[in-house]
Amino acid sequence: MTAAERDWNAFAAPKADGTVHMDLAVEGITCAACMSTIERGIRTMPGVTEARVNLTTRRLALEWKPAETEAGALVRRLERLGYRAHPFDPGRRSAEEEAEAKELLRCMAVAGFGAMNIMLLSVSVWAGNASDIDAPTRDLFHWISALIALPVVAYSGRPFFRSAARALRALRTNMDVPISIGVVLTLGLSLFETMRSAEHAFFDSVVMLLFFLLTGRFLDYNMRRRTRSVAENVAALRVESAARILPDGSIRDVPLSKVDPGDLVLVRPGERVSVDGVVEDGASDIDQSLVTGETTLVAVGPGTRVYAGTLNVGGLLRVRVTAATEGTLLDEVNTLLETAAQAKSKYMRLADRAASAYAPVVHASALVTFLGWWLIAGSPVAESLVIAVSVLIITCPCALALAIPAVQVVTSGILFKAGVLLHSGDAIERLAAVDTVVFDKTGTLTLPEPRLLDRDAVDPERLARAGRLARASRHPLGQALAEITRAVAPPLEVREEPGRGIETTVDGRVERLGSPAFCGVDAAAVEALLARFPGASLVAHREGDDAPILVAFEQGLRRDAREVVDRLKAMGLAVAILSGDREAAVAEVATTLGVSDWAAHLGPTDKIARLEALKAAGRRVLMVGDGLNDAPALAAAHVSLSPVTAVHLSQAAADAVFLGDRLAPVVAAVTVSRRARAAMIQNLWLSVIYNLIAVPVAVAGLVTPLIAALAMSGSSVLVTLNALRLRLGAAPVADPGDAEAAPAFVRS
Amino acid sequence: MDVLIFLIPIALGLGLLGLFAFMWSLKSGQFEDLEGARWRILDDSDLPGREPPSESGEKKI
Repeated sequence: MTAAERDWNAFAAPKADGTVHMDLAVEGITCAACMSTIERGIRTMPGVTEARVNLTTRRLALEWKPAETEAGALVRRLERLGYRAHPFDPGRRSAEEEAEAKELLRCMAVAGFGAMNIMLLSVSVWAGNASDIDAPTRDLFHWISALIALPVVAYSGRPFFRSAARALRALRTNMDVPISIGVVLTLGLSLFETMRSAEHAFFDSVVMLLFFLLTGRFLDYNMRRRTRSVAENVAALRVESAARILPDGSIRDVPLSKVDPGDLVLVRPGERVSVDGVVEDGASDIDQSLVTGETTLVAVGPGTRVYAGTLNVGGLLRVRVTAATEGTLLDEVNTLLETAAQAKSKYMRLADRAASAYAPVVHASALVTFLGWWLIAGSPVAESLVIAVSVLIITCPCALALAIPAVQVVTSGILFKAGVLLHSGDAIERLAAVDTVVFDKTGTLTLPEPRLLDRDAVDPERLARAGRLARASRHPLGQALAEITRAVAPPLEVREEPGRGIETTVDGRVERLGSPAFCGVDAAAVEALLARFPGASLVAHREGDDAPILVAFEQGLRRDAREVVDRLKAMGLAVAILSGDREAAVAEVATTLGVSDWAAHLGPTDKIARLEALKAAGRRVLMVGDGLNDAPALAAAHVSLSPVTAVHLSQAAADAVFLGDRLAPVVAAVTVSRRARAAMIQNLWLSVIYNLIAVPVAVAGLVTPLIAALAMSGSSVLVTLNALRLRLGAAPVADPGDAEAAPAFVRS
Repeated sequence: MDVLIFLIPIALGLGLLGLFAFMWSLKSGQFEDLEGARWRILDDSDLPGREPPSESGEKKI
C-alpha cells in the first residue's frame, strides 16, 4: 500500500539462544476466541517457536528463528487473520519497572510466609500464657519465631530501608523513615526480650506490618502498570517510525530509536514528520498545529527546518535528520521543560507532610515515656525501654502508610473507567486543589481532525462523489472529506499533482479535487467564502466543464467543549485559554465557549510566564494542552492533563492523559479527585484518632503482642474500607459515550 | 509435648514448599496474564489426536 515496506525486523530484539523476540500491540483482541485463533494461526508457521497472546494487556509476544521466517511474514499472517498489529519501539521500553514489580511481589510472598508461620507460633504462646505454658516451651517458640523473622525482615524490608536511606541522605523524611525505625527497633526489642526469656515478643507484629504495607504498595503499583500499558498501546497505535532512505536508495520504515543524526528520511504527503531535521529537497506545506498551536499552513522548501510532530500536507519531502541543536524550538522547549520540572519537584505530597508531622511527635513521646518510667516511676532501665519501644510498635504507621495509597489505588481505578490515565498517584491531591483551568486551543478544545462547514450549501450527491475521489487522497482535508461522506471504493486510476490535488477520468469526463486554483475556481468566490468563514481551509471539486464547487473546513470544537466549560465554571473554577494560534481564531473559540480570559500568539516562554503570573496571584492551575509548545507549561502548572492525541513530549510532561473525543474526562478528573482528597483527609484523621486511643495504653505499659496485632490490623482494615467507600458513589462519573471513542484495546 | 520436635519443622517445611512453589510460578511468568489464563484451560486443541477446528476464511499453507 505504501511506497516503503515497514522493516518489521528492526522492531525485534535478538535473544541469547539465537531466536528473535518481538512484542506487538494488537488491535481487535476482544475475547478468548481471538486468543486461540491468533496463537494457532501463527504457531503453524515454520520457524515460529512461540506465539502467546496476553489478554490482560492485549499484546502478542512472538519468538521465531530468523533463519526460517521473518517478522513481516508473521505480521502479514496476523493481518489475514483479521488483526492489525502495531510494534513497540524496543529502544523506548524499560525493563526496570517490571523488575521492581516482581521484587515487590517476591517481598510480599516472603513476608506472607513469615507472618503465617510466626502467627502459628504466637497464637500458641498467647493461648499458653492464658493457661499453662511453661517457660522453656515459650522460649523455644520465641526463638523459632526469631529465626523466621530475622531473614524475612532482612529480605522483605529492603524496599522500605532503601527508600528511607535515600530520603535521609537527601536530608528529607518520608513515610519509610518511621516505618524502618519502627521495624528495626521492634525486632531488636523482641530479640532482647527473648534472650531474657520474657513473656512477650513482637515478632508477629513486625512481619505482619511489613506484609500489610507491601500489599498496599503492590496494589498501588499494579494500578499504575495497568494504566501505563494502555498508554503504551496507544503510543504504538500512532506509528512512531520513520521511513529511512538507505544509501542504496531503498526505503525502510524503522523505529525512531534506529534513526541517527545525518540519516536521510522520506516524509510522504499526509504523514507526520517523525524527526527534527532540515529539508534536503522537495517542497510542501506543513501543518505545525501540534507543535506551535498555529493552524495556518507553513510553506517549506530545501533548507527549511522541520519539527517532529508536524504534518506534511503537500508533496514528498526528503529530510536530513539533525540532533537537537542550540537555538531550535525543540531545544528551547527542552530547557524550559527541565526548569519547570525542577520547580515542581519541590511540591510536598500529603503523605510526606503527614509523615514529617507524625515522626517527631511519636518518637518524642516514646522518649518521654522512657524517661518517665525510668526517672519518675523508678523502673529498671530494661523495663522502661520495653515500654518505650512498645509505644513505637503500637503507633507504627501502618494505617498512616495505607491511608493515602489505598485512596490513590481506588481513585485511579475510577478515573481509568472515566478515560483518565494517571501518571502519578499524587496527581490526585494536586487535581483536587485546582481553582483555575487553562486550556490550549488547537487539538485540546478543538478536535485534531477538521470539520465540514455549511454542509447544506452543497448538493449531497455531489458531495458523495467528491468524497469518493477524496478517498484516494492522502491530504488531511481530503481524508476528512472522505470520512464525512463515508465514501468507500475510490476510483481506480487517480493521478496526483503534488501540492495541488488529485484527478481522475470517469466516463470520459475529467474529475478534479484539490486547491481552488487547481479546479479553476475564480478568486472572487474564494474570497466571498473566506469572508463568511474567516480562517477556514477550502477544497474545490470539479466535474468536466460543470461549475466547480467549494467546501470549507475548520478545526471543529470538541462536541462537549461548551458543556465542559460551563460545568467547570459551575464548580467555581476560573477558565482561561492560552493559545499559540492567530488572534481571530482564538477570539472566535473564546466567544463560542463564553470564556472572557484568553490570549493568542503565545510561545512556550509566554505560556510559562502567564502560568507564573497566575501562580504569583495564588492560583492553582490545571493546564490542559497537547502541543509541543505546551509541554513546558504542562510541566510548570500545578497539575496538567493532555489528550491521548498529544505529542509524546507533552504526554510525558503531563500528570495524566485522557482518552476519547470528548473533554468530559477533565471534569471527571477534578470531581473524582476532590472526593478522593476528602477521603484521604478522613483517613489521616482516622489514623490520628487511632493513635490518640492507642498511645496512652502503650505509655501506661499495657500493650501485649495480642493487642498490638489486633490494633494494627483493625486500623489498616478501617482505612482500606473507607477508601473503598469511594467506589460506591463512582457510577455517574463513567460516561458511556466515551467507550466507543476509546481505542479498541482499552478495556471498559 | 515431644511431638513438637517433629510438628514444627513439618509446618515450616510445608510453608517453605508453598513459598518456593509461588516463587517458581512467578519466575515462569504464570502471573503475566491472569485474564487469559482462565480461558486457556478450556482450550483443548493441544491434546494429541485432536485437530484444531478450522479457522473461518483462513486456508492452510
